[in-house]
Parts: sequence; structure tokens; C-alpha cells
Amino acid sequence: MLDNFIAPYESTATQRLKDAGFVTLGKTNLDEFAMGSSTETSYYGATRNPWNTDAVPGGSSGGSAVAVAAGMAPAALGTDTGGSIRQPAAFCGITGLKPTYGRVSRWGMVAFGSSLDQGGPMTQTAEDAAMIMNTIAGFDPRDSTSMDQPTVDYTATLDQPLNGLKIGLPKEYFGEALDDGIRQAIMEAVKQFESLGATVKEISLPRTELSIPAYYIIAPAEASTNLSRFDGVKFGYRCDNPTDLMDMYTRTRSEGFGAEVKRRIMVGTYALSAGYYDAYYRKAQQLRRLIKQDFQAALADVDVIMGPATPSTAWNIGEKTQDPVAMYMEDIYTLSVNLAGLPGMSIPCGFKDGMPVGLQVIGNYFDEARLLNIGHQFQRATDWHSRKPNV
Amino acid sequence: MSLDRSQVETVAKLARLKVEDQELDNYVNSLNSILDLADQLQAVDTEGVEPLANPLDATARLRPDTVTETNQREKLQKNAPQAEAGLFLVPKVID
Repeated sequence: MLDNFIAPYESTATQRLKDAGFVTLGKTNLDEFAMGSSTETSYYGATRNPWNTDAVPGGSSGGSAVAVAAGMAPAALGTDTGGSIRQPAAFCGITGLKPTYGRVSRWGMVAFGSSLDQGGPMTQTAEDAAMIMNTIAGFDPRDSTSMDQPTVDYTATLDQPLNGLKIGLPKEYFGEALDDGIRQAIMEAVKQFESLGATVKEISLPRTELSIPAYYIIAPAEASTNLSRFDGVKFGYRCDNPTDLMDMYTRTRSEGFGAEVKRRIMVGTYALSAGYYDAYYRKAQQLRRLIKQDFQAALADVDVIMGPATPSTAWNIGEKTQDPVAMYMEDIYTLSVNLAGLPGMSIPCGFKDGMPVGLQVIGNYFDEARLLNIGHQFQRATDWHSRKPNV
Repeated sequence: MSLDRSQVETVAKLARLKVEDQELDNYVNSLNSILDLADQLQAVDTEGVEPLANPLDATARLRPDTVTETNQREKLQKNAPQAEAGLFLVPKVID
């Protein structure tokens, strides 16, 4: 759909990096319109995981994760609507931070789920992520969802000790869906935090499983409206020889979008259609408030929430492409963070059968500095982040 | 709630998409499995819960009604499939 598109303007995030002296090496592959958890829905073909080239790198920001994991670039940007920074970061063994909704400007970013989307850094270390955040975060009047919050020096607090840090482990993140190898790696990481002075307690996020249906209504609904702009008129693909306007719209969109994008547009269109809006979209938004309240209650009691970023390590290419719902279930630990708008980070914390495992750290609104501090302290005490695949 | 072939065709039409006959069963099946998943929501009691549209409960910011962007029509129209004399061309709409 956008193969022939040349962006006529620079995004705020990339402009800020350019202004700071960063050099752009290239654009990376991702799932088409960021819809996917494996980078297999890309128009340009699947990206492979550098730890095992038969495996997916995760997605949707799989190309960014691989560029950093394989040492092609020290840092990349990704966007995260339901886990698209954190999950590929986990699958590729790098650090990925999804900031608070509204923290990084979305000006210049393709809109997917407007109430969920957020961009952020994908790097080899939390310290690098802090430096990228110092450059890209902050208010932007050109993004109507940008939050006018004071800017923070994310590097200033990296060295703070973790004495007294209160960590919550949601019991719902350690249920049957979780791979045993990942459970083990996460619990080892938690022990490491205890030895760094943190205290740990069990908490509950009772609606974790319901975040999957809530997300897979809200995100497609918003995507179906956002993607209505791809009509063959002002930019992007247009079908050959349209006979009339309706033929142009219909063939342009049918030929220009891939199967997963079409599927989500149809789910979203149905969920928003007259007679079904209350049962689907409104209901999902009500659930969304309950999910946010669960997080608020938990974060009143602990400083951060920790758990796995993903229930399994990277699966093989082609393994889940025939069953979209099976792929959606893999997003169970990341979706609720977007629904609540909280910041979340994945850092490497071990391996299962040679494949990287990601520890997810979820913080309170605009508490990215604490997440990066936690990541940095962990990376000073461990060397998971410095393991490299043979490429 | 389950969609049949003609309902999926109607939804596709609303979305300005055409599903080819040989793809239709595939879409019917995958859409129904997604809607089965979504139906888990129906069991939750959400009586009196205010829907959450923006995760920070923020509302769209207003700005002064002044010109902030410069005219870049030619640059922007370079991406248009068909443009002429500053206009976007589309198939004939009115006879």
C-alpha cells in the first residue's frame, strides 16, 4: 500500500535524533501496518531471528529488534500498540522501552490504534535507552495526544541503588500459559533484584486474560477508522483502470492491504457498526477502565510490577500464521500495559534452549526513569544484555 | 455470535474491501474465531463503568486558530496516484 510512498516530512522523534547528531542507517522491516507479533505479515517478507534463523524475531517492530540484536545498529526506534517494542525486544535479547502514552511524539508515525500507540527506543542497554529517551521524549504541539509533562534527564538516576524498591509479581503472569524455562529465568532475575535490596510481594491483576479480547476489539476498531484514509486518492497505492469511485476504493484496498490487515479492518468495522458498537467497542472500553484500575490499585502498593514479557520464546516462522487467535494469545502480558497507557520495558534476563527471555518491568505513569534505573542496575549485575548471537 | 458468509461480505463492503470467493471461508472462520474470543467480554459485569477512551483520561488539546503550516501542495501531491493543476484526480463521479 505504501511501497511507492516517500514521506514528505520528518517525524518529530527522528528529527530530534538528527538534531542531536544521530545518523540514520536505514528503515527496518515490520509487520504490515504494525499488525502482527512476528514480522511475518510484512509486504516485504518475514524477518528472521539472529539467535535462530528459523525463528521469528517477534513483532511488529521485528526489524528494529534484529538490527540491534545483530549489531547492525546501536539503537533503533519501534512503536508499541500492544507489545510491538517489548515482545521483539524479548525475543531478540535486547532492551525495549514503551513509554507512557503521550510521552514520545507520534507526529510522523503511521496511526494504528490511536488510543494505544506509543513509540520508544530499542537498544542494547538500558543506559542507551535512557540517552535515546532524553532526545525523543517531551511535549510536541503537533501531536494532539502528546502530554505536556516536564522533561526528565533519564540518565541522571541510572546509578541510584535499588535499596527498598518494592516489586510486585502478578500471580496471573505466572499461570499455566507460561513456559517453565521462562518462569525459571524470571524468578532468577527477581532473586537478583532481592540481592540488590528490593523487596518482592505477590499481587493480583485479575483481568489479565480479558485484556486479550478487550485489546482485539479496541485496536482493530481504531485501525479500521485510521486505515480508511488509504483510498487511492491522495497517496499510496491505487488499482489500475478503476471504472468508478467505488471500484477504485474497493480494488485499491483489496489489492493494497495484506490478509491480516484486512482481517483486522473487518473485525473493527463490525465492532463499530450500528447495533454492535455497545456490545463490542463500548464494552471493551469499560473493561479497559477496570484493567487500568487494577494496575492503579497494584501500583499504590508496589513501585513496579515485574513478570515475563512473553509466555514463550520465539516460535518458528510459519508456526502460527494459520491461526490468528493463537498468535493473539501470545500477547497476553503486554496488551494490558497499552490499555492502561503505562510505561513498560523488556530487558534480557536469560535463555531457554538458546533463545532469549525478556523480563518485563511495568511502572507508574511517566515513571520511565525508574524503569531505566532498574534496567541499568540489573545490567550492571548481570551480563545477559551483552550476549550476542553468532551472525 | 457467529457471522455467516453473507454477513462477512456485508462487513467487507462496509470496509470498502472485496473478499474473493475462494478466500471467503477463510475470512468467515478467522473472523468468527476472533469474535468468539471477543465474546468473553460479555460475561464481565461492567454496569455503571465509564468507558475509557484515553488511557490518561485526557481530552484533545485546543490551540489558537492560527496558520502554523506553510503551503507545500506540490511536495505533498508528489505522492498522489494522479494529480493535475493542484487537484487530485479520481474517476468521474458525476455524469
